[in-house]
Amino acid sequence: MHPVLKTVLQRLGLGMITLFAVSIIIFSSLALLPGGYAQNILGQGATPELVKNFNHELGLDRPASVRYVEWITNAVQGDFGNSYSGTTGTIKRSVSAIIAPRLYNTFFLAATAAIVAVPLSLFLGIMAALYRNSWFDRIINSVTLTTIAMPEFFIAYILVYVLAVKLRWFYPNSTVSANTPFLEHLYRVALPALTMTLVIVAHMMRMTRAAIINLLAAPYIEMAQLKGISKSRVILRHALPNAWAPIATVIAFNLAYLVVGVVVVEVVYVYPGIGQMMVDAVSSRDMPVVQACALIFAATYILLNLLADIVSIITNPRLLHPK
Amino acid sequence: MASETKRVKGDVLLEMKGIVIDGKSDDKWNPIIRGVDLTLKRGEVLGLIGESGAGKSTLGLAGMGFARPGCRITSGSIIFDGIDLIAASEEKRRGLWGSRIAYVAQSAAASFNPAHHIIDQTTETALGHGIMPRDKAEADARDLYRRLQLPNPDTIGLRFPHQVSGGQLQRAMTAMAMSCRPDLIIFDEPTTALDVTTQVEVLAAMRDIVEQFNTAAIYITHDLAVVAQMAHRIMVLRYGNLVEEAPTRTMLKQPTQAYTKSLWAVRSLAKKERSSDDIVLDVQNVSASYGNHIKVLDDVSVKIPRGRTVAVVGESGSGKSTLARAITGLLPPSTGKILFNGQALPGALKNRERDTLRRIQMIYQSADTALNPRQKVRDIIGRPLEFYLGLNGADRDRKVVELLESIELDESYIDRLPSEMSGGQKQRVSIARALAANPEVIICDEVTSALDQIVQEEILKLLMKLQADTNVTYLFITHDIATVRAIADEIVVMHKGKVVQQGLKSKVLNPPYPAYTELLLSSVPQMDPDWLTGLLKKRQSAQA
Repeated sequence: MHPVLKTVLQRLGLGMITLFAVSIIIFSSLALLPGGYAQNILGQGATPELVKNFNHELGLDRPASVRYVEWITNAVQGDFGNSYSGTTGTIKRSVSAIIAPRLYNTFFLAATAAIVAVPLSLFLGIMAALYRNSWFDRIINSVTLTTIAMPEFFIAYILVYVLAVKLRWFYPNSTVSANTPFLEHLYRVALPALTMTLVIVAHMMRMTRAAIINLLAAPYIEMAQLKGISKSRVILRHALPNAWAPIATVIAFNLAYLVVGVVVVEVVYVYPGIGQMMVDAVSSRDMPVVQACALIFAATYILLNLLADIVSIITNPRLLHPK
Repeated sequence: MASETKRVKGDVLLEMKGIVIDGKSDDKWNPIIRGVDLTLKRGEVLGLIGESGAGKSTLGLAGMGFARPGCRITSGSIIFDGIDLIAASEEKRRGLWGSRIAYVAQSAAASFNPAHHIIDQTTETALGHGIMPRDKAEADARDLYRRLQLPNPDTIGLRFPHQVSGGQLQRAMTAMAMSCRPDLIIFDEPTTALDVTTQVEVLAAMRDIVEQFNTAAIYITHDLAVVAQMAHRIMVLRYGNLVEEAPTRTMLKQPTQAYTKSLWAVRSLAKKERSSDDIVLDVQNVSASYGNHIKVLDDVSVKIPRGRTVAVVGESGSGKSTLARAITGLLPPSTGKILFNGQALPGALKNRERDTLRRIQMIYQSADTALNPRQKVRDIIGRPLEFYLGLNGADRDRKVVELLESIELDESYIDRLPSEMSGGQKQRVSIARALAANPEVIICDEVTSALDQIVQEEILKLLMKLQADTNVTYLFITHDIATVRAIADEIVVMHKGKVVQQGLKSKVLNPPYPAYTELLLSSVPQMDPDWLTGLLKKRQSAQA
């Protein structure tokens, strides 16, 4: 087996173990939350008797370890159980059915933002490295720093005010449903995607710039200069190929943020994503939904970091082509 | 373009006058080169020698009209084939670089981009300057690889830099420099990072190809014997000034300046050997490896007598540093044992008593990486005093001062940081740190390799003085035969993880030699300018 494939499989295995450990942490920390679904739904009328019945119906009177084993065994088979909130009598709403459309929306928004933000920050980072300490470099650095320094809801409201309210180019909110056509959906997420882009570009762009500049003192860069190669070629062909590893790590981190950190932006734009749903589920103590969301977030982080690891392996010829 | 230029041997190709170059340190500009003139004719090889900090690389690079970041050419003129390189635009200079003036750097391993195939880097210059199409450039690169006697010249270019050896890479870099048939090549210490046996081949290949194409060259090195083989003329630099300049043979026979003479004299340091039967460290049939790979030490047996200096010589990869790691316990041997004062040493460091650890100390090649840059000398030397001997406070400081005296530094050094000392002083502090533990054995791993010749001599003398005072035993790992002559009582020759030969200095350095010892000793450059030619002839006739 090629050593790279072996490493990737190893990392994948480690990722699974991490995910498993995270599932225990999620389950046990949720078990520590005060109150419960029964108290929450019954409110003033939560007599001990009623709560007991309620919990019995939901299976919550069994020991936590039993419930965990049941949950994780079903989860690995793709069954995340039923939402409490939909369970009345014989009607049951499966968690997967509730999450799926929300997850799609979240990934749709994240992908839109990523497709704009990643190439843009790479381009800006490379240009800033090429014209380092020039006016371009300084302006791009301070603009991106400003956008990252502002809270995202603030950016969101400014964009709504200027682009939706004043100029009327976009809708001020991003309500979509399962029936929204693709292009309409794209148009509706433009503002939230732009907000997220402004939030993450600075980080990725600055890392690209720093990773490249970090290499400029390397003897092979001096050698390339002394071969009479143009400045842009020195950066693109001699520095960038060796700079991918740190850049990929930061990109992975930011992409994960696009999936798991969007709740504020979702709320501002009234966008039906998974973050909004998770917050609702936490406040109503709808544990199966919360657990499933948390597990998806953890898996996203692990997978994206695995991807970053793979990128750093395959862009390193020492690892890809051993002696 | 190079091919259109009429090449007449003897014409002046490069003329540098009154060159002053400043370097920035601590936000101040200080002169590195203080008004040097340099003239180079077509097809001529000029040797530029001096110790580190003499400004030879800076001057060599200025010959391309290039100053490293943090340096600036403040005055003087540089005329290359009628072109004023200082007045020329950056665009114009870049047009000359690679195509008419090429550069060969010290470490090929660091100067090749790890991300690209060797042949793409070789042809990049010719393609970038639009001198020839890709297929022609690649064919030419393969031809150059063949002329430089690289193995598998047709396919070696398809490898990545990390997949070939240092000597091969250095030749590939020469091919890269030659790709546009430049008028001038700057060789910047091109063989310093190589083993002596590899160096011979690389020197021969570079000399041949420069002759074949009648290329002028500036050959920068600190090694006199090397420059004697390569250069027609030699310039000696010190502190950015020209000390002396003469044709090679004249310079070797009759150096006129005291400084030049002192450079010549270092190699004459030699110690009389003493034998001893009192064995302090007895390595018996030790094998060791990293991971589950090839044995780096293969059935190695070495006896080290007390109060003597045993030099371990061999090329990189011979296992000499691994031997040190096995003795110190950093790499437990897989088989065999090590007796220390007749007692078997536990293989792993963590199983050894603190007092055993105290008795075996190490000094490293690079004091820069071996000393904590944020600690003052007081703490660097004080730490082993505290750890092994339990000294604290004023007692500790008193002992530190004592140790400083023994390494010939005064007590004001106690509050210095490593960055506030010279290379030789830092290495002295490393020695004092090892001595602080009051050890029986000190393992010296290439301790003088990174130092200038004059400083080397001082350090070697200090080590010998300390041995006379304390009867400490040295295991002295080095690849430099001159150092061995200077300091050793006994010599161990290692090759590919095995001991080729062990014996008294007089025995190992005199015939009859085992084959490998012969190869190693004959590859050490001599001050005779005909040495390389003679050696190649002898080896050729031996092969025929």
